[in-house]
Amino acid sequence: MILARVVGTVVATRKDPRLDGRKLLICKPVSPEGKDESGYVVAVDTVSAGYRETVILVSGSSARMAEGCKDRPVDTAIVGIVDSVSIDEGSKGT
Amino acid sequence: MYLGRVIGRVWSTVKDPSLVTQRLLVVQPVTPEGAPTGKRLVVTDAVGVGAGELVYWTKGKESSFPFLPAEVPTEMTIAGIVDSLQIDRGV
Amino acid sequence: MLIARIIGDVTATHKHASHEGQKLLLVQPLELDRRTPRGDAVIAVDAVDAGLGDIVLLVTEGYSAMTSVNRPESPIDMAVIGVIDHLDLLPVPPPATAV
Repeated sequence: MILARVVGTVVATRKDPRLDGRKLLICKPVSPEGKDESGYVVAVDTVSAGYRETVILVSGSSARMAEGCKDRPVDTAIVGIVDSVSIDEGSKGT
Repeated sequence: MYLGRVIGRVWSTVKDPSLVTQRLLVVQPVTPEGAPTGKRLVVTDAVGVGAGELVYWTKGKESSFPFLPAEVPTEMTIAGIVDSLQIDRGV
Repeated sequence: MLIARIIGDVTATHKHASHEGQKLLLVQPLELDRRTPRGDAVIAVDAVDAGLGDIVLLVTEGYSAMTSVNRPESPIDMAVIGVIDHLDLLPVPPPATAV
């Protein structure tokens, strides 16, 4: 899993019917300190995440194990909203 | 499987129901020589590791298998704690 | 599958139960020249009793890896499933000449 921040939404009317009713969010990966990293991904939201929130993304076929994603064409899902991240002293900035 | 060091923890209240009982740890992937390599990742823990430990972790759907029959949405799980490793690159 | 060299092994007492009794190898994936490392070294279970320095076939997909050591539904994503005796590479064809 990786950490990411919600930076936008995607609206698609014509899509695979198995995605009907799923919220699609644009997420940008972030470091544990909250710094933006390169790239982006569109993920299915399963925890009602909001704009700018830091979230936990699961990718690959494991994403279909998220709530409500079984048997759906989902390869990245938001499975948690991050309250905080603690990093051991001494390993920061690595 | 990949080598990594446990460097932190993620706290989350709102999460997938099957993640509620899971500890989410931050792992820094490392080379066999111990140097950090690549991005830090959030992983689940199938063995009960502590902070700072050198571990090996799996990537992919197999990572959710230790938690069966619960269907835990994770693609990275710590599968063991490394006691020691021997390395001989032959060069 | 990838071509790789066994560069060591890993000892782990505290590990997932399905890994008990499995030899864990430290494996360096290689480019086709069988010398240049291809990414970082990884850990794989040993399905063929490979030894230090062997050039091997490394499978990097879960189902293949798990079944190679008879441990279905366990957290195993890589296995050494063959020791390469020798390998022939066809010469790269010369670039087609413009007509």
